[in-house]
Amino acid sequence: MSAYVVRRVISMIILLLLLTLVVFILFSLLPADPARLTCGKGCTPEVLEANRHKLGFDLPVIQQYWEFMKGLFVGRIYAADSPSPVVCNAPCLGYSFKRGEEVLVLIKDRLPPTIWLALGAFFLWLAAGISLGIYAALRRGRWQDKTVMGISLAGYSLPSFFLGLMAIFFIVIRLQLLPYPSYVSPFENPIQFFQTMLLPWIVLAILYAAFYMRLTRNQMLEVLGDDYIRTARAKGLPERVVIRKHALRAGLTPIVTAAGLDLAGLLGGAIITESIFSLPGLGSLAVNSVNDADLPVIVGITLVTATFIIVANLIVDLLYAVIDPRVRLV
Amino acid sequence: MAGKANSQRAFLEVSDLSVQFPTEDGIVRAVDGVSFAIERGKTLAIVGESGSGKSVTAQAVMGLINKRNADVSGEVFFDGEDLVAMPEEGLRKLRGNKMAMIFQDPMSSLHPFYRIGDQLTEAVNAHEKVSKASARDRAIEMLHKVGIPAPAKRFDDYPHQFSGGMRQRVMIAMALINSPSLLIADEPTTALDVTVQAQIIELISQLQREFDTAVILITHDLGIVADVADEVAVMYGARVVESGSVDDIFYHPQMPYTLGLLASIPRLNQVPGDRLDPIPGNPPSPLRLPTGCVFNPRCVYQDRVTGDVCQTQRPALEDVGAGHQVRCHLPATERQAVADLTLNLLGRPSR
Repeated sequence: MSAYVVRRVISMIILLLLLTLVVFILFSLLPADPARLTCGKGCTPEVLEANRHKLGFDLPVIQQYWEFMKGLFVGRIYAADSPSPVVCNAPCLGYSFKRGEEVLVLIKDRLPPTIWLALGAFFLWLAAGISLGIYAALRRGRWQDKTVMGISLAGYSLPSFFLGLMAIFFIVIRLQLLPYPSYVSPFENPIQFFQTMLLPWIVLAILYAAFYMRLTRNQMLEVLGDDYIRTARAKGLPERVVIRKHALRAGLTPIVTAAGLDLAGLLGGAIITESIFSLPGLGSLAVNSVNDADLPVIVGITLVTATFIIVANLIVDLLYAVIDPRVRLV
Repeated sequence: MAGKANSQRAFLEVSDLSVQFPTEDGIVRAVDGVSFAIERGKTLAIVGESGSGKSVTAQAVMGLINKRNADVSGEVFFDGEDLVAMPEEGLRKLRGNKMAMIFQDPMSSLHPFYRIGDQLTEAVNAHEKVSKASARDRAIEMLHKVGIPAPAKRFDDYPHQFSGGMRQRVMIAMALINSPSLLIADEPTTALDVTVQAQIIELISQLQREFDTAVILITHDLGIVADVADEVAVMYGARVVESGSVDDIFYHPQMPYTLGLLASIPRLNQVPGDRLDPIPGNPPSPLRLPTGCVFNPRCVYQDRVTGDVCQTQRPALEDVGAGHQVRCHLPATERQAVADLTLNLLGRPSR
């Protein structure tokens, strides 16, 4: 088991290295000139060239990549030979000259809203998706099943920007049930935090719950026909034990897979939902950075998001072994 | 339940049991007016081809048919109580307690994610409030009884760490852990190696004697039937077509279908090179059971019946001896002649 984890972590690191390389190469192909951004209106070719050198964009891509990787471990000093060098401490994910800030600090600042949004929505959609999915499966083919599947289809079909805008329009503007969303840390002002997060949580949860309802329902229907479920009933177990203990556990594996990857994906930022509810999260940072062609920030966010997904993959695989004793991690 | 009814009825008495599943393609008649009875300590074998309704009959007796998807009618009197009329909670309290069932495929009948021991103690705890330790003791004792070596150690193993035969032993331990008075074994040996089959059957018989259990053995293996059954019910096309003592069925069979089954058993005294005599044709679809006698499309003796009653009239279950019943239009003399002919061919004297 621990040998398995060590091997997986090593392959994760290799994967991340390759990923950063690919991201570097892709962005080096962009027509945008990152050095141009650091140079205001009265930009002369000389200043541009100087800035390009300062930022290290005059180096070949592979060397830029090398500098980046080195910075990750030992930190980095930009424009060391100039009178005003910029220090980026290890682990240095890069430096945004556009924002005048280390990328890691930028990401750290933007991470909490994204994590809160993802976690809150995650628990909501799992609770709603799994319970409604089981309910529909147990009433297969009857009106309750059809209603749940109808809700699921609607949730699938409604885009988040539509749901989000409608929620703001009706609940915040028309009915004035909630104040206009304005993010604060839950430790600072818990009430305002919940008032801000409630709608984004629900909007995001509806989108995801739709899929989990369907997944859970189909899994349950498949598992409920299995022989060991009949055995459980033949033992005289109450139906609720048969469903919750025997059937749900057996049908859980694909739900865990999907949940792990969905959560990890959301930790990389829910771009649309964050924008609609003006949450200062990773998603909105990513959008702004792409608009600004702020390469260091984009690379940093890509790396962080990829790390989340790769780690989630590992956790999901480890969970398989917890759920199913037949799984051997080799 | 009234004591009077108790004394008149057999320990388990099934009468006119029918199970129908409404489907999009029409009504599936899985079980159609089946009756049989069994006393404690006795073994009733239900034999027949796949799809003849054996398993559904068993599941209906256990109350395992979901009444939302199926119509169950008739009576199943078990120790004086009608199980068909009983609400689910009452059935649940009987299942795994006074009546238990083991299934065909031990590979898929145990939950793959839970330890054997947990699955056994779960069966205890479903019916009794006992301490964890005493449930564990009982489970280990039961595992020992069914011949699992080092049961205290195997208690914590998962099903995939057991062989097929060992899993079926675990299933038997689980079924008998609350000392049921009725055990239904639905093809308990079909999925096992031949050498293991005999062990499992012997184990069931031995535990049956110990607990004075009534056993319903569902099988298509007539060899096993001859070994362990007291009574036999032959099912075909959702109906019982012949029933009687094991001697009646093996030495005085009267129904052409039973004869066909007997003729299809491989025999040691068979002339080498002789082929087996399979019954021509296929079992009927429960969606479209033939009119008249369900066996008529495959029956080779129907030309001995005058008129077209085989095609048009459903034969009644007719008494042909003490406890021996047959559902066939052949006149009694013809039936005897056909039986003698077949049994002679099989090289077995008709006693």
